[in-house]
Amino acid sequence: MLHIVVCIKQVPDSREIRIDPKTNTLIRQGVPAIVNYYDLHGLEEALRIKDEFGARVTVITMGPPSAEKALCQCVSMGADEGVLVSDRAFAGADTLATSYVLALTIQKAEDTWGPVDMIFCGKQTLDGDTGQVGPGIACRLDMDQLTYVELFESLDIEKQEVVVRRHLEDGVERVRARLPVLITALDILNRPRRASLPGVLRAARYKPIVWTTNDFSNLDRSKIGLKGSPTIVSKTWVPEPKQVNTEYVDSANVVAAATDLLNRLYATELPQKLGWS
Amino acid sequence: MADERFDVIVVGAGPAGTAAAYTIAKAGLKVALIERGEFPGAKNIFGGVLYRKQLEDLIPEFWKEAPLERTIIEQRLWVLGEDNTFQVAFRDGRFQDPPNCWTGLRVKFDQWFASKAEQAGAVPIYETVVTELLRDVHRVVGVRTDRVDGDLYANIVIIADGVNSLLGKSLMVHREWNPDQVSLAVKEVISLPKQTIQDRFNLEDNEGCTIELIGQMSKMAGLGFLYTNKDTLSLGVGVMVSDLQKKRVKPYEVLDSIKRHPMISRLIQGGEVKEYSGHLIPEGGFDSIPPLAGDGWMICGDAAQMVNAVHREGTNLAVTSGRLAGETAIAAHLRGDFSFGTLDDYNTAIRASFVHKDLKKYRGVHSLLGFGDSEKLFDKLPESLNEAIYQMLLVDGVPKKDKQKMAMRLLRDAAGGNLDLLRLGIKGWRAMNG
Repeated sequence: MLHIVVCIKQVPDSREIRIDPKTNTLIRQGVPAIVNYYDLHGLEEALRIKDEFGARVTVITMGPPSAEKALCQCVSMGADEGVLVSDRAFAGADTLATSYVLALTIQKAEDTWGPVDMIFCGKQTLDGDTGQVGPGIACRLDMDQLTYVELFESLDIEKQEVVVRRHLEDGVERVRARLPVLITALDILNRPRRASLPGVLRAARYKPIVWTTNDFSNLDRSKIGLKGSPTIVSKTWVPEPKQVNTEYVDSANVVAAATDLLNRLYATELPQKLGWS
Repeated sequence: MADERFDVIVVGAGPAGTAAAYTIAKAGLKVALIERGEFPGAKNIFGGVLYRKQLEDLIPEFWKEAPLERTIIEQRLWVLGEDNTFQVAFRDGRFQDPPNCWTGLRVKFDQWFASKAEQAGAVPIYETVVTELLRDVHRVVGVRTDRVDGDLYANIVIIADGVNSLLGKSLMVHREWNPDQVSLAVKEVISLPKQTIQDRFNLEDNEGCTIELIGQMSKMAGLGFLYTNKDTLSLGVGVMVSDLQKKRVKPYEVLDSIKRHPMISRLIQGGEVKEYSGHLIPEGGFDSIPPLAGDGWMICGDAAQMVNAVHREGTNLAVTSGRLAGETAIAAHLRGDFSFGTLDDYNTAIRASFVHKDLKKYRGVHSLLGFGDSEKLFDKLPESLNEAIYQMLLVDGVPKKDKQKMAMRLLRDAAGGNLDLLRLGIKGWRAMNG
């Protein structure tokens, strides 16, 4: 059976995040924690493969004990198992240290439940926004990576091949790759499902598996946590909001309003920039 | 359909439903707690006062761990005139220990309360809407939810789905509201620095104060409130829906005018509105309580109209009714009988409790909320009372006896003559004394 690992992160709900004007850092206190938005799209694609071909879906995350809740949410949607990698020694990790620990976790998951055929990650997290952890894991596991995937076209189990479409800045790229691969998901990839009632019931009683530093025999302690994180935040600041002039088109009827709007648009440089004639 | 069967399904994780689920789970029965909000408390609001007694019956010394705001040591009543205020207040340090009541915010409190039910073994099913009751002929046997494979079966369903109880309606025990049976409360949570609140309300540490407001509700029957939380204030008004209809006033307009009142505006000055919410409150009281049980079901809390509008108590009644429904469910489980015959014990328990007695005491209050009288009681009399007191306290050479007459005349005129003043007085006295 296929074995798919989905990497998720519990993040503060970005819709409710504010920035402390004095320290320029995120105010995390009292902000609800959610599963990183893009990760849910990765999970959904894994679950679709499970529905169609049958697969074992293992969800992993690194974080504090409270991240169990995020794993339970994934289990409610249909994941088979959730693994929380949690230890004070892992705290303060940047993307380099995080991808190291997650790669080790995936190797341990392989030892426990069998070889991994596919790994899904979100394209980036809502709190860190780097998009580096997915590619970092792929490099460490020496696996092909398909980032920014907007469409999962097909999976051929016999040929051990996937075809996906990547969304790039100047177009799309259709790629065929051999398993195993790591895929990072965009939000247009799919629409994450709502958990079924039996799923919710299972998740309500589910206790995720927790692995600490002691569970990894080959762990290099110099590569984890703050010690293993060379990233230095030298400065943070809040960008000034851009001033935008708003004009209201107010006319008696739709046709007049549209005409008015067009006239005003053509009085600007915008049509030229956009190449309208 | 879920393969799993429960002993009891509780619909609604407000104070009533959670109290029921907690009681049942502690007895070791299998209970599911279904809530439509993202988490318990996400969709719940109340004025903001929580009392000790009823919750303590359920969870001893709960206040040592529950997220509460301030311990109320002072209660004020303000009768608002247009730019004057008649004030009564009572403060007593004894209210601090043992605490009598607290201000609270439901978003935090309900989450905590539900977590206690979960710890006791209740199975949480959140973000899930119960769309209908499943029935076997006339017997309720489970619920249908809006999730895939969403049918769930149990021996008993406890309905605690709030003021607009859709399930109550489906059982025909809950009619559509009459506008004069329900008030609409709107509330703002306004944030201010902790120290500012303590200075403005003369408080220290976790001491709290409540102010009930009467008068200046856009000429409608309504009451307002201003409560102190840790670093926020809860300011709200509740007005009869029938009055809103007749006067064509929007609820937030009433709240806005209260916020502009000179006595209120200085207390909330500089504050930032963090939350705005609105909620229906059942005001029908005793006479609108529906049948409380049937074959396979019981109903409690707001869904069963259990609100004591006079004493701003709703949460109390909800918690107690939930606990009693829970205890009845446990007894029914032991007996293996889930018919009306057994579940009607819940009805008997409610009748023996303060819930029934308090609501019965104030059954006449509802009649004061009718149009006409309400305008006199809630608008003209407060205005005249303030004017009368102003005249009494103003030293301007007019003899005191004449002043007294003038004051009485003001009140009489507001009531619509001597007879009406007497009638309102007697009616009010009867309503309050039951």
